[in-house]
Amino acid sequence: MSKNGMTEKETAAASTIGEAAKEAASRRMALFAQRHRFRPVEALPWIAAVAAFFVFPAYLALGAQILATILYALSLDLVLGYAGIVTLGHAAFFGTGAYAAGLMAAHGMGEPFAGLAVAALAAAVVGLISGSVILRANGLPLLMQTLMVATMLYELANKANSVTGGADGLQGMVVKPVFGHFRFDLYGRVAYLYCLGVLFVGWFIVRRIVHSPFGRSLTGIRENEARMHAIGTPVFRRRLIAYGISAALAGVAGALVAQTTQFVAVDALGFERSGNILIMLLLGGIGRLYGGFIGVPLYMIAQDQFAEIDPVYWYFWIGLLLVLVVIFARGGALGVAARLLQRRGGRP
Amino acid sequence: MSEILSASISILFHGLAFAMVLYLISVGLSVTMGLMGFVNLAHGVFAMFGGYVVTSLMNDYGVPFPLALAAAVVVVGAASVVCERLLYRRLYGGAELDQVLMTIGLVFMAVASAKYFWGPLAQLFTPPDILSGQIELGSRDFPTYRSFLILCGSVLVTALWLGLDRTRFGAKIRAAVDNLRMAQAVGINTSGLFTLSFALGSGLAALGGGLGAEILPIYPGYPTDYLVDFLIVVSVGGLGSIRGPFFAALLLGISDTAFKYLLPELGSFFIYALTLALLMWRPRGLVGPS
Repeated sequence: MSKNGMTEKETAAASTIGEAAKEAASRRMALFAQRHRFRPVEALPWIAAVAAFFVFPAYLALGAQILATILYALSLDLVLGYAGIVTLGHAAFFGTGAYAAGLMAAHGMGEPFAGLAVAALAAAVVGLISGSVILRANGLPLLMQTLMVATMLYELANKANSVTGGADGLQGMVVKPVFGHFRFDLYGRVAYLYCLGVLFVGWFIVRRIVHSPFGRSLTGIRENEARMHAIGTPVFRRRLIAYGISAALAGVAGALVAQTTQFVAVDALGFERSGNILIMLLLGGIGRLYGGFIGVPLYMIAQDQFAEIDPVYWYFWIGLLLVLVVIFARGGALGVAARLLQRRGGRP
Repeated sequence: MSEILSASISILFHGLAFAMVLYLISVGLSVTMGLMGFVNLAHGVFAMFGGYVVTSLMNDYGVPFPLALAAAVVVVGAASVVCERLLYRRLYGGAELDQVLMTIGLVFMAVASAKYFWGPLAQLFTPPDILSGQIELGSRDFPTYRSFLILCGSVLVTALWLGLDRTRFGAKIRAAVDNLRMAQAVGINTSGLFTLSFALGSGLAALGGGLGAEILPIYPGYPTDYLVDFLIVVSVGGLGSIRGPFFAALLLGISDTAFKYLLPELGSFFIYALTLALLMWRPRGLVGPS
């Protein structure tokens, strides 16, 4: 008899159960590791981006904007898709970053990477301050408060005409060459590669975050906040950190746009900037990390082609597409693709 | 001293007129959001089309003002039933994000259609002769049309509140807002109730859009540019409440007018800051449960 009053047989059984549990746990860990191992298909966007550099030399300026906007979409996906924070005011951070980089460049501090760093910092500060105030709410009140924060910043930038130039835009930005060597050229070659590099770093960071235990806890909060509370997750702090990181990334995206176009106007903080990115992410697929890589180019290329002809019709069709996607194609392009693959027995 | 008094009277007067319009437009939104739990960003679309119907009928066909208003309520109310049955209904109880995105889609379509049919400029709105000019009240002159707006708004608000308190339909709405499942369990046809209250809310919005065309000009940017105002009224007032948005509309209408008069530079900034503070203090609105 062992000390707990169990027979030999029982002890053996218990230890087998322990073994089995351990084995199951290690299997789970392996599965977890497998889930965020790089899959070959994840190289596709990068191959496409590099190929586009050689295939479409005439469209590199647009390409740079697309890459910067993908980073913006990625930052939104982190809070919206993973942390489940529905926001109508993400432009607050995009615009803050754009103005931070823009003001630096306009005042003789045009070193691009310094601009990005300051933009990230400024946007993160705005994100953390506003987040610490509003992130206790949920649902419509939260939605409203994100909208209020962005609208307040918009009004401030609009009224502070002497600093920001208001609707006419910031005058006199001079951005220095990248690494002190590569001057931003007229064809957007440097801008494209610069944005691509920054996007890659941003993507790498976000990917690490969403696959980390921290990222999983964000998803947990999205799925069931009360339960995460109950198991001891510091829900508010996790949400705030995610919000701050996302704000910093959005700020970097804003800075990229400001630096590569050498222009910032008050619409960087506007409602359209918050709304359009939601739409692009929806078209690609929300909460899938790669939604922006599909939705943003689709939207921006189509807009570039059609909106020139008639911006009025463009918005009509985008609106119709939006309604149809929400009702019939849940999960956007990636969601539909995943369902098709699943139906054929493949891995989602 | 008399100058301050005179200024505050005119702020109160114009603020009140603005508040009436805001309330008429937003009260339906409060019901949709409170009753169906639906985040409807496209509510301003109904107000805008109401305004378009009124101005087009009056300017192009010489239809009298009251008739044009009635037509706007009927047309927009009917159209909203179609929207509700075809689109909104699918997303009841669904994810907030889907609702937000679908209604943004509707706003885009509406803005583009308005531009296509009526052009980008604001519609001309001339109130009928009897309502234009000034009216003498006490020792001061007030614009007749705005006085009419205040009167009209007060009558409608009273009717609405009495209706909600005294009629069977009102009791059903209150029951469903308080506890939807219980309301269904006691045999209230909530599906029909949703459609009817959606149509009523949209009809009121159309009425507000038509009546308020003088204060909030009718142009294609209407559903997006005033969206923040409507949302402020609803979220500060309290979702699902009929009375709350009235006080919120008064607050917004009067303080907006006051800020524009006293502090034109930073007026709207203070409004948003105030809203944010109110929402932090009472996330469910002034009237809703805290």
